[in-house]
Amino acid sequence: MNVFQPEAPLLQVHNVTRYYGDRIGCLDVSFDLWPGEVLAIVGESGSGKTTLLNCLSTRLAPTAGAIEYRMRDGAMRNLYQLTEAERRLLMRTDWGFVHQNAADGLRMNVSAGANVGERLMAVGDRHYGNIRSTADDWLGRVEIESDRIDDDPRSFSGGMRQRLQIARNLVTRPRLVFMDEPTGGLDVSVQARLLDLLRRLVADLGLSVVIVTHDLAVARLLSHRIMVMRHGNVIEAGLTDQVLDDPREPYTQLLVSSILQV
Amino acid sequence: MAVRLYLNSVGKTFTMHLQGGTVIPVVEKVEFSVDAGECVVLGGPSGAGKSSILKMIYGNYRCDQGQILVTVGDEIVNVAGAKPRDILKLRSDTIGYVSQFLRTIPRVSAEDVVAEPLIAQGSSEEEGRDKARTLLARLNVPERLWTLPPATFSGGEQQRVNIARGFIAHYPILLLDEPTASLDAANRAVVVRLVEEKKAQGVAMVGILHDQDVRQEIADRIIDVTSFSSEVAA
Amino acid sequence: MNDTAQIFDQGEYNFAYLDEQTKRMIRRAILKGIAIPGYQVPFASREMPMPYGWGTGGVQVTASILGKDDCLKMIDQGSDDTTNAVSIRGFFEKTAGVRTTYETSEATVIQTRHRIPEKGLREDQVLVFQVPIPEPLRFLEPRETETRKMHALEDYGLMHVKLYEDIAKNGHIATTYAYPVKVNDRYVMDPSPTPKFDNPKIDQMPALQLYGAGREKRIYAIPPYTKVKSLDFDDYPFEVQKFDKPCGLCGAENVYLDEVILDDQGGRMYVCSDSDHCEERRANGHLGPMAADPAATHFAGGASEETVQ
Repeated sequence: MNVFQPEAPLLQVHNVTRYYGDRIGCLDVSFDLWPGEVLAIVGESGSGKTTLLNCLSTRLAPTAGAIEYRMRDGAMRNLYQLTEAERRLLMRTDWGFVHQNAADGLRMNVSAGANVGERLMAVGDRHYGNIRSTADDWLGRVEIESDRIDDDPRSFSGGMRQRLQIARNLVTRPRLVFMDEPTGGLDVSVQARLLDLLRRLVADLGLSVVIVTHDLAVARLLSHRIMVMRHGNVIEAGLTDQVLDDPREPYTQLLVSSILQV
Repeated sequence: MAVRLYLNSVGKTFTMHLQGGTVIPVVEKVEFSVDAGECVVLGGPSGAGKSSILKMIYGNYRCDQGQILVTVGDEIVNVAGAKPRDILKLRSDTIGYVSQFLRTIPRVSAEDVVAEPLIAQGSSEEEGRDKARTLLARLNVPERLWTLPPATFSGGEQQRVNIARGFIAHYPILLLDEPTASLDAANRAVVVRLVEEKKAQGVAMVGILHDQDVRQEIADRIIDVTSFSSEVAA
Repeated sequence: MNDTAQIFDQGEYNFAYLDEQTKRMIRRAILKGIAIPGYQVPFASREMPMPYGWGTGGVQVTASILGKDDCLKMIDQGSDDTTNAVSIRGFFEKTAGVRTTYETSEATVIQTRHRIPEKGLREDQVLVFQVPIPEPLRFLEPRETETRKMHALEDYGLMHVKLYEDIAKNGHIATTYAYPVKVNDRYVMDPSPTPKFDNPKIDQMPALQLYGAGREKRIYAIPPYTKVKSLDFDDYPFEVQKFDKPCGLCGAENVYLDEVILDDQGGRMYVCSDSDHCEERRANGHLGPMAADPAATHFAGGASEETVQ
């Protein structure tokens, strides 16, 4: 049924498998991700969701399988056949990666403005004034006051760091953003604000997102589609509200029934 | 009149793996159609499966058996077998759902919550907000609340915000899940008028309405869901 | 022939201290460096009879290129008679017995720490730099594997992050030495720890420039007449520091000046950092505003010594 959306998928994942020695990281995972679509990968610790995310984002080569991505020129390219230079360019222009621990995704010893401006400078922007005003604009969009632009992220709270990390990733207008437990380790109220911010940015920018989370509430709020992983396998996948409201697999039913009702 | 929605031999069961794999049959052989401009009300006691049918049409519950056919332009789409992104597309353009409960989104104002579906269909923000204000006024939501996030509103106010959100956009098919429950008479009357307006626009509606008066006023047809109940059902 | 040269003649050391195999190895690294301007060539740096930080890299490069006919000039912070220059000059006098000089134009090999002579260099001269930290990206990216990859992929955005920080914190690019340059439109290089005042001299220089980092085991080079551009922003172009006074002794303008404290009552003067340049100007009759000041006279020094083999 292609009558609605004739456009092509952004990311095509074919039978991606990753072994750690004899042990399975993730097994035979396939899916398509479409422009503007948010896919949540849920499951408990050790279920293989982070392994899968790392394989998708070219941070960890899969043992088997292929991942294809539609480049900005429209060509479908196998990610693991890109040259290192192409891969790096992709990662800092067309992609973003939001780490659970903001310190992993930020340069902690340079200012917030430089953190946001780095990608611009990396792709050849050489006008200080423009770089700074773009950085300022993005800080505003993630609700960081202008007067913090020259402060180190070390002086930022956890929630601010995470918002800064998001701005740093989005400044080049990526089309695909990977997120690894972006709200993990934050206070509940800070989490709510961050989630709302993410929800709006994702919708406004039409981002495609692959988000790994163990928090089903995060998945429900942000994602269109969900994949439930267990022991390295995708055991159930589908529309987020369908999987969460009408779970089929025993494990998914267990996950859903484990949510605390507030 | 053109058929907008056709349920063909639809069946649904739940398998409760956490309770030893108990299979709970909900409905089977559900068969009815809804024409453009028609409002069909599902009747029957609680637990008869009315809500499940509505949720299957919306793609919120999976449909185990049969087909749920929806007319989209010149195409006929089977919700039961549709891919997730096609269901999302149906939800933004074709099928609307008015539920009793508002899933509040933090930090978004009431008028923006209401305007969102219309803007998603391509209207300007200005037009969306204008129409949202009109609807909120009609549903007697106090003007001072419009720019506030609805999370702190009373239950009744939240419900009316949600009704406005459900009615603002143009969907050829609208599902009404107890929209008038616990509304006062004045607001019930507003909802009835909104439904009449949708009918006049040719919208096909399926509703669950316990309120006898409202049902009387808007239902063109009442389908007794107990006739679809699986025999083993309680 | 002086007494130090006798040590060389006694056969205690191979010519210029290093054995011939080591010199070959270093020359190979130098040749590779010349072939790939600005690229840091790893080499098997030897232990030298001086501490790291005293110019062990520069000394090894000089030792490898020195011939018996060469005339060596040693510069430390622009001056020929400060500790580092004196020690290394003495080292080569002892181990190679070559002629040394204070005069820039007379030298064929000039080894320097920090400064490039004010006087333009010629094609028949070689300038050897002592480099403490050759990696311009080091303070931003501590992983060597990563910085090598960044050079390989010409991934230099990070370098501008540093300059951005400078402007953000100081209102201008406050880096005054070890100012990063791009060599031949390809490699970003650290001319460390040369003051940025000298960066324009690196560009299109007729003399060959060799950079040696002993502790870090890297050699890099800029062949004669190579394009070397100091990194900057479009709206914050590269500029060198300006001095509002001329040299107190010789009156030279547009040269790099050192501040000299004359007494503990706040007396001070600015004099040429390049002592040979200053002396030559004074010998030619140029006098600065402080030249007659008795407090300044003992900084003016005597005539240069020379050793003649």
